[in-house]
Amino acid sequence: MTHPTDRELIDFVIAEARMLDELRFNEWLELFTEDGIYWMPAEWGQTDHRLVGSLMYEDRLLLTVRVERLKGNRTFSQKPKSRCHHVLQVPTVDSRNDEAGEYQLYTPFHYVETRLDDQYLFAGWARHTLVRLDGRLKIKLKRVDLVNCDSAFGSIQLFM
Amino acid sequence: MAKYRGNPDSVRNLVRETEVHRDVYVDPEIFDLEMEHLFANTWVYVGHGSQIPNPGDYFTTSIGAQPVIMVRHSDGTIKVLYNRCPHKGTKIAIDGCGNTGKFFRCPYHAWTFKTDGSLLAIPLKKGYENTGFEHCEAAKGMTPVKHVQNYREFVFAKMNDNGPGFEAFFGDSLSSFDNMIDRSPAGKLEVAGGVLRYVNNCNWKMLVENQTDTCHPMVAHESSAGTARDVWKPYEGTGKPKPMAVEIFLPFVSPYEFFEGMGIRVWDNGHGHTGVAHSIHSDYAAVPGYFEQMKEAYGEDRAKAILGENRHNTVYFPNIMIKGPIQLLRIFRPLAANKTLIESYTFRLVDAPDLLLERTQMYNRLINAPTSVVGHDDQEMYERAQEGLAANGNEWVNVQRLYDPCERDTPVAVANGTTEWQMRNQFRAWSKFMTMSM
Repeated sequence: MTHPTDRELIDFVIAEARMLDELRFNEWLELFTEDGIYWMPAEWGQTDHRLVGSLMYEDRLLLTVRVERLKGNRTFSQKPKSRCHHVLQVPTVDSRNDEAGEYQLYTPFHYVETRLDDQYLFAGWARHTLVRLDGRLKIKLKRVDLVNCDSAFGSIQLFM
Repeated sequence: MAKYRGNPDSVRNLVRETEVHRDVYVDPEIFDLEMEHLFANTWVYVGHGSQIPNPGDYFTTSIGAQPVIMVRHSDGTIKVLYNRCPHKGTKIAIDGCGNTGKFFRCPYHAWTFKTDGSLLAIPLKKGYENTGFEHCEAAKGMTPVKHVQNYREFVFAKMNDNGPGFEAFFGDSLSSFDNMIDRSPAGKLEVAGGVLRYVNNCNWKMLVENQTDTCHPMVAHESSAGTARDVWKPYEGTGKPKPMAVEIFLPFVSPYEFFEGMGIRVWDNGHGHTGVAHSIHSDYAAVPGYFEQMKEAYGEDRAKAILGENRHNTVYFPNIMIKGPIQLLRIFRPLAANKTLIESYTFRLVDAPDLLLERTQMYNRLINAPTSVVGHDDQEMYERAQEGLAANGNEWVNVQRLYDPCERDTPVAVANGTTEWQMRNQFRAWSKFMTMSM
């Protein structure tokens, strides 16, 4: 069995961000494993997602609710719709475990979300745990740490 | 020219029996008067004792527009001090929670203060000799907020001498706090899990009113809770256990009859709650081991009575809401006429299973976070209202639903769950506490 190269891992993360910028949310959902999680801590250096508050800690079911909601006819906070834009630093492959087929990547980013005349800039680090499943890479965990994760924010409606 | 300052009648005229003038939401002068009068004449929530367990522990926060420090004094009592150095005005602490030891030290000129605010020492004190310093305002140290009450570790303060005492102000409404606290087998809560903070570009009162607005969930939240219902539907009846998140979302899109039947109770001075008979929190799955702990602590009958009470949202006028069955407290902090900071604090039931705190955290992030889809639904409505109120075609906001002319003479009552009585109750209190010191 051939293992993914670092380049393939990096390209995966870059393609994922592009998918979000192009608002291809259903395809994006398919990138997650069945037990995949999207996590945005609300505390600096947070380790506990269970008993400490997070901005998001969502499984496939909750992410599906979000994606379906974004399309809804009566989703008034998306009339008009939000748009988003990622600038990524080239991801670093932090660890490889070819035997288990599990890889960790680290990607500093700037993220812009806009709606109507408002534009909000966020900066942070994405940490992906990718796994190889049936020959394809999938997201087991995407952890997004904002540099100001404990700030008071307005609405964040899309995905970083 | 001031339109409202020094003119209490003009302020009173903003509140009619069943409608309120838009200026209560949009006028900057009214906002300033709220900060000066409303937030000074009422008992405003400051913080929780568990945030400052030991002498010297402090917590920086605000009462209306006033920066304050809540601190555990050396004798174990809780003091609330205005957060400014009496010398040049420098804020003494700005870092949230910490421990200051035996005294506060101003970072600018090293004046020091005991934890009750009194002046301890000034470097080069002889520079003040024969200047009459002992008679000046600064010699008194940091000014304490005069009236502070610690109710079962929930700390409230009132800045003015005007206005009723603590018991008279809250009356029987404290039963909602009691129920939230009694849900701990130890009768004790601890702030736990951090705080979620969300800024909405609308007036703070829109958020407070929304806490007892039971005709919006099935409409505004159709997009979030309704979608959760639809996404879950294919799994229903398949034997797959209903996830906690689904359990939290679904009741939001209950039919009107559900909300009518849950009932609303109003108390004097603007307090009130939804969920008298039942609520959106009534049907959560039992947490293993919890009832046994409660039975052990309180006896079976009392334990059942405590857990049988499922109040939905209790509004404590002017600007907080608690959810007893979820152990959550939200503060609606006024920043400007059109800007509000919402802080959602969560509590651990001491000696209860962790799963309860886990549910509290999940509820908070699904419903109250800036990333919450339910929050997005609500914020959109508030902000559209804040902008829509600029329309000159109609200057009045309607709060007439299920109005009864006897309300004014009925300080405490239980009514149909879709009444806007509690909103009218808040505005009657608003008018009273705004004008009592004008």
